[in-house]
Amino acid sequence: MQLSNKGSIASALATATCSLLASQSVAAETPSDPNPWQFDTALLYYGETDRVTAIEGVINASKDFGDEHIFNGKLVIDALTGASATGAVAQPYAQTFTRPSGQGQYTIGANEVPLDDTFHDTRLQVSGQWTQPISENYRVSGGLQMSNEYDYQSIVLNGSIARDFNQKNSTLSLGMSYAFDTIKPEGGLPVAFSSMAVYDDDEYESEDEYDDDYNATRNDDSDTKNTLDLMLGYTQVINRRTIMQFNYGISKVDGYTTDPFKVLSVVDSEGYTQANLYENRPDSRTKQSFFWQTKYAADVGVADISYRFSTDDWEIDSHTVDTRFRFYLSENSYLQPHFRYYRQSAADFYRPFLLQDQAIPEYASADYRLGEMTAYTIGLKYGMTLENGDELGFRLEYYQQDPKNAGFNAPGVLQQMDLYPSVKAIIAQVNYRF
Amino acid sequence: MQKLLSRLLLLSMLTSLGGCASLGVKPWQRDLLAKKEMALDAEGVDLGLDDHIYFSKEATSGGRAFAGGGCGCN
Repeated sequence: MQLSNKGSIASALATATCSLLASQSVAAETPSDPNPWQFDTALLYYGETDRVTAIEGVINASKDFGDEHIFNGKLVIDALTGASATGAVAQPYAQTFTRPSGQGQYTIGANEVPLDDTFHDTRLQVSGQWTQPISENYRVSGGLQMSNEYDYQSIVLNGSIARDFNQKNSTLSLGMSYAFDTIKPEGGLPVAFSSMAVYDDDEYESEDEYDDDYNATRNDDSDTKNTLDLMLGYTQVINRRTIMQFNYGISKVDGYTTDPFKVLSVVDSEGYTQANLYENRPDSRTKQSFFWQTKYAADVGVADISYRFSTDDWEIDSHTVDTRFRFYLSENSYLQPHFRYYRQSAADFYRPFLLQDQAIPEYASADYRLGEMTAYTIGLKYGMTLENGDELGFRLEYYQQDPKNAGFNAPGVLQQMDLYPSVKAIIAQVNYRF
Repeated sequence: MQKLLSRLLLLSMLTSLGGCASLGVKPWQRDLLAKKEMALDAEGVDLGLDDHIYFSKEATSGGRAFAGGGCGCN
């Protein structure tokens, strides 16, 4: 290029300098990551009337390392305190029970449901999951989860493969998970159907004598439980507004399924407790579940409806309906009512109590969670997107369980006792996403 | 009766799957489905917390995700 005059030179130099500075300034800027780390955090309070209180914190971090190679890590910490139903029946007089450790006792007032208030634990759970495509239509995922409590450890491995077809309108997936759990309760595992020893000055001449009786109810220190889950999933885009999912899952549990803290009361024909026996459950359980979910994008919000039917070889069938509807209040806030209904039938070995004149069955548990029950949850969530793009949410819910009599005739004084008390809980949660 | 119910449910699911080949949208019609809140696992943290509560208070778990293990609460 031939320069014609000084003005042109100055102009060319200025242009060159500017473009050099401009390119330097672009180079000096940190290239922004198109897929930065995304953090989802939550703090949850769960409080039952007169029973368990739990605080649970969650940090979930995920990042797309490009081309849908996604890592997801999660940390959960929860702390539990409070009282839990032991399975023993209420009596018209005060009752004294031994704590699971064998050290110490607690007394339950007349006509009151026996609750063990020794219940407290802190649980830490860490998990990592990696998901990536392996070809245009195939995606694989694998993960590891570990959790630790004072008396319980668990390691869970999972893997799955998914295939998209029909222009990614349909996805078929197959997943597997295997959990290795170890339970090591305070005081060891109780001997099935052994009678709870309760220290009493009148009954025992010395503490050693009581210790012998207590130790006779104790078995090994720990036991294990393994769970294999298989899940077949199918997701289908129905139309521009609707997506649907179907899952079929089978879950096989082998090992120690008994709750070492639960007992059954043996009552006489007048309904008076003669002994409290430690429960015993089968050492295997096979569950099947059918799950259907639909999401619908309306102009005013998003509807989310799901139904689950589950059945198992303990003869527990359950139905769950879960619905959420997100109403958009504005472009960056919403209100979301939530309603959930749950119903289950009783396990075939569930007994609210045992009768003294009848033989002890092979398996029995008075844990109300294995009995007939309905439950519902009603809640409301408010969420908003802040000016910086972070999201804040508040959730408040009420949960009530109503255990039912699955056809057992209560003898004598038990007819005046509340054998199937409702459990009422408040759930409050704050979410922050950044 | 319960077995019949579960079989009927499975049959109805399979029948509805059979009709799915003609369903779906073109890539440029995914505006609404692409919204974050339309993901099946949107609010995953809430769903995880709920699963933990109901796992420890009820006899059934899983369905949406794997059912077993990981907690001494049941």
